[in-house]
Amino acid sequence: MLTETRIVLRNMDKIDPVSIMDYKKRGGYQPLRKALAMKPQDVIDQMKLSGLRGRGGAGFPVWKKWSITSAAPGDKKYVICNADEGEPGTNKDRVILSGDPNSVFEGMAIAAYAVGAEKGYLYLRREYPYITPILEKTLENARGEGCLGSNIMGSQFSFEIEVVSGGGAYVCGEETALIESIEGRRGEPRFKPPYPGVQGLYGKPTVVNNVETLANIPVIIERGGKWFSEIGVPNCTGTKVFTLCGNITQKGVFEYPMGTNLKDIYETHGGVKDNFDLRGFMLGGQSGNLINAGQIDLPMDIDSCQQAESVLGTGTIMVIDDRHDILDIVENIMTFFIEESCGKCTPCREGNIRIYEILRRISSGQGRMEDLTLLEDLASTMNVACLCGLGQNSSVAVITSLHNFPDVYLKAIERGQRA
Amino acid sequence: MDHSVTNDYFISPATEKRIREIASRYRKEPHQLMNILLDIQRETSNSFPHSVAALVSRITKIPEADLYGFVSFYAMFSTKPRGKYVVRMCHSAPCHVCGAQGVMDAISKTLGIRPGETSKDGKFTLEYCQCLGVCEFAPAIMVNDTVYRNLTPGRAATLMEDYQRGDME
Ligand SMILES: Cc1cc2nc3c(=O)[nH]c(=O)nc-3n(C[C@H](O)[C@H](O)[C@H](O)COP(=O)(O)O)c2cc1C
Ligand code: SF4
Ligand code: FES
Repeated sequence: MLTETRIVLRNMDKIDPVSIMDYKKRGGYQPLRKALAMKPQDVIDQMKLSGLRGRGGAGFPVWKKWSITSAAPGDKKYVICNADEGEPGTNKDRVILSGDPNSVFEGMAIAAYAVGAEKGYLYLRREYPYITPILEKTLENARGEGCLGSNIMGSQFSFEIEVVSGGGAYVCGEETALIESIEGRRGEPRFKPPYPGVQGLYGKPTVVNNVETLANIPVIIERGGKWFSEIGVPNCTGTKVFTLCGNITQKGVFEYPMGTNLKDIYETHGGVKDNFDLRGFMLGGQSGNLINAGQIDLPMDIDSCQQAESVLGTGTIMVIDDRHDILDIVENIMTFFIEESCGKCTPCREGNIRIYEILRRISSGQGRMEDLTLLEDLASTMNVACLCGLGQNSSVAVITSLHNFPDVYLKAIERGQRA
Repeated sequence: MDHSVTNDYFISPATEKRIREIASRYRKEPHQLMNILLDIQRETSNSFPHSVAALVSRITKIPEADLYGFVSFYAMFSTKPRGKYVVRMCHSAPCHVCGAQGVMDAISKTLGIRPGETSKDGKFTLEYCQCLGVCEFAPAIMVNDTVYRNLTPGRAATLMEDYQRGDME
C-alpha cells in the first residue's frame, strides 16, 4: 500500500480555496516574499537545483525555459498558465485550480519575477466554466491583500493576472496554438522556431507553464531546490499528480513521487473493478501508450517510461478490463484525433482518417497483413511530417497496441481471411 | 466542425440591444474576444449564425470573415441554430470504457433525437463531445454550463425528463 506524497496537493481540502488568509496560514505567499528578496537569477538557480521539469507533457526543464525568456530582449514579457487540460483521462489541473488556486497564481508571480514579466494570463478550458468564479474571487482577494497587482508586498515588482477562456479545442493546449487563441484567432499551431520563450504572445518573450508545474514553484522556493531534488528519481525529481480512470476500483487524482511503480499504484487503488481481469493500460493520454497487463512493472517517471517505449505524459493511467476490445479503444482514440486535428497540415488532416479507415477494415474482417505495415508507415510519416505534437503522436496508441497486443490484430485479420 | 451558413436567424430588437451591450465591451483587446462571443452566443439561442456575425462585425470593426473563421473553429460555437439546452455527451476513451454509449442511447431515446439533431420544439440539441475533465466520475455529460457525472442509462433518462418538464430552470 502506498501513501501519497503531497507537494502539489499540499492544501487540498485543508483550506477554503478562495481565502487568502487560509492560504497564508499554511505558509502561502511567504515564498513569493522570499523570492522578491532574491535576485531573479538566484530564483532561476533554485529551479535548476530542484531539477523540476514541466508537467504539461513534454518534460522540459523549468529553469531552461525561464532562462531563455529572462535573457530574451523585449520591452514586455508574459507568463501564461496553460490550464487547457484537454487530454482525455487527465483531471489534475481541474483539481488543483478548484482546490488551491493561490498556489498556481503564486507560482506565476514567482515565474514573472524571475523572467521580468508584469502581465500573466491563465488560459482556462471552456469545459471548466465553474472554475472561473473561483479564480476571479481568488484574484480579487489576492489583490486586496497586496499579494498580486501593483507593488506587491511593498516591493517594486508588479504583476497582474487575467483569466481567459478557451473555446473547446484540444489543440489549443499546444503552446503556440494557445497563444494564437489568446490573440483572438483560430487556435492553429505556429511554426517553431521561434519558440514562445523568445517570441510568444504579441511577439514578446513568453513563458508558458502547466498548472501543475506552477503549483510546485512556491514549495521549491520555500524549502529549497536541493530538498526538492531528493524526491523522486535522479533526472526526474519531485512528484507527479496522476489521474486514475477507466475500469479501476478507486478512480481519482493522486500524488506520488516520480518513479513510483505502476503496479503499486494499481494495487493501492484496488485494481480492476467488479472482479473482471486486467487487459492493459492506456498511459499518458490519448497520444500515449497502450500496454498489456504483463508490462505492469513500470516505474512512472519521464525517463523510465521513455526507455520502456512508453510515456509519462500528463500522468494519465487509464485501466482497461477484459470486457473491452483493444481495437475498439484504438478506434475511439483515432476518432478523437480526427475531430481535434486543426486541419492546418495535410499529413495530420488526412492521415488520421486513413489510419481510422484501415483500423475499421481490420476490425470488420476485411484486413490484410499488408495493412499492418501500412499502419507503421503512415505513423512514421506523420511523426516526421506533422507540424505539431497532435499529428506527430496521434498514432502512438495504434503502434503501441500493434506491438503490445499483436494477437488482437492478427486474429482479426485471420478471422476475415477464413470467412 | 460545421461550415454551413444560415441567414434566417431573426434578431429581435431586445436581442440586438443585448448584443450591442456585450459587443461594446470589446476594447480592441483580442484576449477578450472569446468571452464576448460566448456571451453573445448565449443570447442568440446557443448559436452564432451569419446575421449575428454581421452585426457583431459592424460593432467591433472585426472583419466578418475573421469572426466567422473564429467561431467555426471552436467546438463551443455553432453556426447552425441549436436548442435552448445543448446536451453534450463525452465519448473520449475513459468515458467510453465506463459505459458512455449506454448513457448516450438512453438520452437519445428520451429526447427522441440523435446526436447532431435538435428537437422539434427547439428545446434540446444533442452532441457528442470530447473529455470534460471529470473522468474520475465517468460517464459524464454537460448541459449548457452544468456537468452531470457518474451517470447510468436510468439516471440520464430521469435527468432528461426533468429538463423536459422544465424542473431545471
Ligand atoms: C496537441 C497538444 C496539446 C497540449 N495540451 C496541453 C495542455 O492541455 N496543457 C498543458 O499544460 N500542456 C499541453 N501541451 C504542452 C504545451 O505545448 C507545453 O509544452 C506546456 O504547456 C509547457 O508547460 P510545462 O513546461 O510546464 O510542461 C500540449 C501539447 C500539444 C502538442
Ligand atoms: S499536426 Fe494536426 S493539429 Fe497540429 S498543426 Fe498540423 S493539422 Fe493542426
Ligand atoms: S473522458 Fe469523459 S470526462 Fe474525461
